[in-house]
Amino acid sequence: MKWVRRAAIIFLLAVALACVFAERLAPADYAHQFRDIPDAPASAAHWLGTDDLGRDRFSRVLHGTRISLLLAPAAALIASFLAAVVGGTAGFVGGALERAVMSGTDLFLSLPWFFLLITVRALMPLNVSPITSVIITFALLGCLGWAAAARVVCADARSLKNSDFALQARASGSSGYRLLRHHLLPNLRPVLYAQFWISIPVFILTEANLGILGLGVSEPLPSWGSLLRELEGYSSVTSNAWQFAPLLLFISVVSCFHLVVLDRELPA
Amino acid sequence: MAKHVAIILVTVLLGGLLGATLIRFAPGYGVDEQELDARLSAGSIEALRRASAPDENLFLFYGHYLKRMVHGDLGTSRTLQRPIAQLLRERLPDTMKSVGLGALLGWALGLALAIPVAMSRAWLVDALASVMAGILLCIPVAVLALLFVLTRAPARLVIALIVFPKVFRYARNLLVRSAALPHVLTARAKGLSHAGVFVWHVLPLAGAQLLALAGVSVSLAFGASIPVEVVCDLPGIGQLAWKAALGRDLYLLINLTMMVAVVTLAANSASDLLGGAFGRSEA
Repeated sequence: MKWVRRAAIIFLLAVALACVFAERLAPADYAHQFRDIPDAPASAAHWLGTDDLGRDRFSRVLHGTRISLLLAPAAALIASFLAAVVGGTAGFVGGALERAVMSGTDLFLSLPWFFLLITVRALMPLNVSPITSVIITFALLGCLGWAAAARVVCADARSLKNSDFALQARASGSSGYRLLRHHLLPNLRPVLYAQFWISIPVFILTEANLGILGLGVSEPLPSWGSLLRELEGYSSVTSNAWQFAPLLLFISVVSCFHLVVLDRELPA
Repeated sequence: MAKHVAIILVTVLLGGLLGATLIRFAPGYGVDEQELDARLSAGSIEALRRASAPDENLFLFYGHYLKRMVHGDLGTSRTLQRPIAQLLRERLPDTMKSVGLGALLGWALGLALAIPVAMSRAWLVDALASVMAGILLCIPVAVLALLFVLTRAPARLVIALIVFPKVFRYARNLLVRSAALPHVLTARAKGLSHAGVFVWHVLPLAGAQLLALAGVSVSLAFGASIPVEVVCDLPGIGQLAWKAALGRDLYLLINLTMMVAVVTLAANSASDLLGGAFGRSEA
């Protein structure tokens, strides 16, 4: 399966490169309206046609992909950091603190993720600038998505703390800080990397769901959620097939993320 | 059993406190929209402010909230101007039907494909089902619901397609691992049929863990119900939660979230208890 993983990484790198150079590759600004040609079919000037407001769909796909591909990893970084702090501390200290923190994490996990997300999103103002809406959406994903990862990190930190090399380090006079800094944190890194990569496709999918429901990134800024929301206006699957290009790209990118983390994700 | 009931109770109380905190300190709490009506006199506005004046103390506020909840009064929805208890009574059965049917079909499909893959090494079924599960895991629920609307397929099946990939992947890996254990291989070498090996040797090993996943799939199905009901215009609590989020109707949202949390916790506890009983009976 190594070649499949390599192909997935190459595809993701190609998409990331296209997004980095979005300004050069895109034929128009993502918000520019060609008012005389709304809902135009694919052509040499507009590779994926235009949307109902006359905006070039290819440009919007490039910019939308850039936003999602940049901010989903940022949210995953926040979630992994919180998981490391909460789970790592609980696992390292152990005892009553670990039990209390893990009970809190279990309570957090028992609340349905999407219900919790839209409840907290509703607390934030909905009528905000597009940039603020992007920050709110992805910051929320990062701040609410740590719990499952924290459980894994806690279990790993506990087992590392009780491992032979940690016992030997302690017996040799290593202080708690030294043990944490030189022995536990470096060994926790693979788990944190895995949790980071697993979180990215989850956050991309959640942002898309929020965007389709009108609770994600606000217009005119494109994101995958707002791009996929266009599907609501279509009358059938067969007419205007090029309009499904954003969906195909979305599925390809999320599939590639899944393939990259496949060996870390499967439980058995 | 008592432990599970205690966990549910603690979750509801702590979740309720968190919800009350969110409501109490949310921007705009205690402000009535009618205050913006230019026709009202200063006296009327003052009377409105007194009527909707918030409790200063959070715990006092939470105490009043709990007292009303015990009497079946969950408050009034600000956006729909109707009692929340009544809204829940009307909409919950529809969502339960969707979630129940979806979870059941998802499990049936997942197991129907995972069992032959694990027992008879049907590589073609394995490849096709794995690709199907992989693709379904990459499509947002809302898009899947939109595609169902476009193709005029029954919308409730979307939840089944959300539950299926998780069940299939987990069950497949679990069953394949159990089927490769030495005593199972010995039973097979001695000529026991596929069905016999599955019922007497594989299922007892994997049953408890599969039951644990059942509780998780209920939570998954409830989460999927929001986009499905919104996109397919099904009048359930998922759609209600979305309307409440757009209207910043926090009372309604917190009550909905707590209620769904209780249902999912009860499902998790039931699956834990069943799994435990299954494990003990097999031991």
